[in-house]
Amino acid sequence: MRAAIILFPGTNRERDMAIALERASGRKPALVFHRETELPTGTDLVVLPGGFSYGDYLRSGAMAAHSPIMAAVRAHAARGGLVLGVCNGFQTLIEAGLLPGGLLKNATLRFLSMDCILRVERSGTAFTNHWQQGATFRAPMAHGDGNYFADDATLDRLEGENLIAFRYVDEHAQPTSAANRNGSARNIAGIFSPDLRICGLMPHPEDLVDPLMGGVDGLPMFESLAAA
Amino acid sequence: MTETPLPLDPGRAPALAREFGLKPEEFARALAILGRTPSLTELGIFSVMWSEHCSYKSSRVWLRTLPTKASWVIHGPGENAGVIDIGDGLAAIFKMESHNHPSFIEPYNGAATGVGGILRDVFTMGARPIANLNALRFGMPDAPRMKQIIDGVVRGIGGYGNCVGVPTVGGEVNFHPAYNGNPLVNAMTVGIAPRDRIFLSAAAGIGNAVVYLGSKTGRDGIHGATMASTEFSADSEEKRPTVQIGDPFAEKLLIEACLELMATDAIVAIQDMGAAGLTSSSVEMAGKGGVGIELVLDTVPQREDGMTAYEMMLSESQERMLMILKPGREAMAQAIFQKWELDFAVIGHLTDTGRITIRHKGILEADIALAPLESEAPLYHRPTVETPKQPVLDAAAIADPVGILPALETLLGSLDLCSRRWIWDQYDALVNGQTVQRPGGADAAVVRIEGHKRALAMTTDCTPRYVFADPEAGGVQAVAEAWRNLTAVGARPLAITDNMNFGNPEKPEIMGQFAAAIRGMAAACVALDFPVVSGNVSLYNETQGVAILPTPAIGGVGVLEDAAQSVGLALSPGQDLVLIGAMQGWLGQSLWLREIAGQEAGAPPPVDLAAERATGDFVRAQILGGAIAACHDCSDGGLLVAVAEMAMGRGCGVTLAPAPDGIPEHALWFGEDQGRYLCATGQGAALVAAAVAAGLPAVLLGRTGGEALALADGRSISIATLRAAHEATLPLLMGS
Repeated sequence: MRAAIILFPGTNRERDMAIALERASGRKPALVFHRETELPTGTDLVVLPGGFSYGDYLRSGAMAAHSPIMAAVRAHAARGGLVLGVCNGFQTLIEAGLLPGGLLKNATLRFLSMDCILRVERSGTAFTNHWQQGATFRAPMAHGDGNYFADDATLDRLEGENLIAFRYVDEHAQPTSAANRNGSARNIAGIFSPDLRICGLMPHPEDLVDPLMGGVDGLPMFESLAAA
Repeated sequence: MTETPLPLDPGRAPALAREFGLKPEEFARALAILGRTPSLTELGIFSVMWSEHCSYKSSRVWLRTLPTKASWVIHGPGENAGVIDIGDGLAAIFKMESHNHPSFIEPYNGAATGVGGILRDVFTMGARPIANLNALRFGMPDAPRMKQIIDGVVRGIGGYGNCVGVPTVGGEVNFHPAYNGNPLVNAMTVGIAPRDRIFLSAAAGIGNAVVYLGSKTGRDGIHGATMASTEFSADSEEKRPTVQIGDPFAEKLLIEACLELMATDAIVAIQDMGAAGLTSSSVEMAGKGGVGIELVLDTVPQREDGMTAYEMMLSESQERMLMILKPGREAMAQAIFQKWELDFAVIGHLTDTGRITIRHKGILEADIALAPLESEAPLYHRPTVETPKQPVLDAAAIADPVGILPALETLLGSLDLCSRRWIWDQYDALVNGQTVQRPGGADAAVVRIEGHKRALAMTTDCTPRYVFADPEAGGVQAVAEAWRNLTAVGARPLAITDNMNFGNPEKPEIMGQFAAAIRGMAAACVALDFPVVSGNVSLYNETQGVAILPTPAIGGVGVLEDAAQSVGLALSPGQDLVLIGAMQGWLGQSLWLREIAGQEAGAPPPVDLAAERATGDFVRAQILGGAIAACHDCSDGGLLVAVAEMAMGRGCGVTLAPAPDGIPEHALWFGEDQGRYLCATGQGAALVAAAVAAGLPAVLLGRTGGEALALADGRSISIATLRAAHEATLPLLMGS
């Protein structure tokens, strides 16, 4: 699996992502600067990592969505290539129109940095193959604007088409409001595109891939991608 | 005729000098150096370079007495940050710095730019920052504006650190009325560089280009260093324009651009523009290199129209650096900065004159000989008065008004002991993917070095109430506590940075606190082989004549050869709990005495440095040998608070052994005796035997399991109850 990580000005979780991808696939991902106009030949997976692209001084991800490299990312997605966006990367995919909805300020109006529990809402995708349907896992979150929002019609469609990837749940795997720290609509933490080739989520599975750092809960995502 | 800068009106100059913070005798000295009346820009330069903040004029004579050497010290105080050898061809570069005054006036930006400033001190030496820590002191939450200050400071630290992508992994917080009008915000950054790729600030090479990097210069922060060198008065609100505004996005780009350029061989010297901005960076770089420097300000990237030379030289706009480039490397360096969308401008060159000359719009604005600016800088041996010794309290004479377990529950919810989760939940502690021990999980943060097994352990420590009661003993304790916290995760403590926060040094009793604290720190540093490699002094921390508690905050750094050997503090079922270190029951200055008995009294607990060293060395060896599964030192709150903290870690109960005779029960459990570690182990008897064989006091204190903290006589309290008390305080106070 050949992965390319996109570097926008202000991206800051590219190293975490590179570690996770290399650990699962045995192959170092390419780092692609935002001013590039082409992806490395043979790229299977494009990853938009976390950070504060352009300082998030406009809406999070809004500036990055217009970077030169994004034309190549769109073309890659149109060809059915895999795209993963985490945190600021998820925000950028939404701003680029590659995923629906919006990410508002956390309902607490504070930056939230803590472990949450995610439930796998759809197994059997390139991103979730190594989890059972309904499996739960810990993932750290670290964001100020992670409150997923969409109108009811969009939410109904996402649910109807089975495009919810992950939900925030409690220790009993229930999507309670207490487990939904950032206030996301219907506890949504991550979603898929209709062709299941694009996935965006707010928490950071890439930060739990090593027992020494507190666990390997996030590793199945990267093992899934490595095998995809 | 020789060109000279336009002098100020000689009649008006003395008053302006006073307004800029220069004492009459200091102004006279400046006149003597110049041999004429200064220009406005020159007066600005003298006043900031000779401010307390930049010149350390009251503290230098004492700072010199601190031990700064060890075989692993590469650069001690005097550079932008301290540098130590940590093995594997790597160096750790670190420093702590205060941003107290700005954080009081404008909490968010004051704290944010404090983080930004200390990051620059570290990456300007070639290090990639791997961790931020902080040491915060707030007033009581019901004091005017205090909740707003707490909220703003925490948001500011998070806002900056989260955005630049450096994990905020540790820190400490105290609350005390003495900080009601003057909270303390001390920020620490730790970075990693190859040992043979350290960048220094001494300029060299006559004719070499002086290059300005980073963000544009605006009118923010003019005379910030002067503000940091006076007491607060009722009109401090009017000083808001002297607070700088942070741009962490620009800082992130600056880190990446500088590290990219540093991988080449283009740089002769580099320094960040911190306090006193372009003035201090140019004066210090040229001064250290023994060369002259000529600046032409027309080419300085400017954010606002019509800025004068005075404003540009005094601005403290953030995210800026000054660099000396080797000849012929300008184009290559400029390309890197353009890639990162940052300003890059050649604003002058080095000369052989030994002077700083500043031109703007064709006019000579300043022309000062550099050597006397440094060598004639004021240096004060200020008078000192020793703090009177407090009596040693007799624990038996102090009644226990509530009983052991109710006191424990109250203490765990008290401001100085309650959970800091509300704070650290706003800090990204994991970015970069190397955080082994997270906030709250261990006595020190542990961050692995990417691509290595090696890890650094880091902590910040000080117990200001001890320092106030006995500055020398408190100075010893602050250093010992940092050493102990590093030891408790299994790290070998290597060196410290200090952030000396005190009141007005012109008052002999304040200067006496300072001198005694330094004396204590120095003794501890020597006994523990734990030298000072960098630091910062913040004086005049007074508002309307009321001084803060003397607060020499210590930032400690240690190394673990294998990150996997570090231990946290949480108990697991089926372990023995062993206490190593002597039990005395010292109640003086304890939190129990303050929170339960309502007194702030007595001498603070003394530290026996020989015992400290022996105990710590033993505990560390046992951790590295795998005999200890979890470890926690006994500090604020005493033994039972430490047990409870370990129990709350994973929600594992513990049943304690009968208390030994001879010490009143409340003193035994809540006395803050120093030099003690609680260790969880599968083999309690063996650990006790090993400690005793090493000549150390040790007892089997309890056995883990169940869901309650139980005393030997059957009294018990559930861990859930303790946790509820512990976790509720800050969210309740801060309304979330």
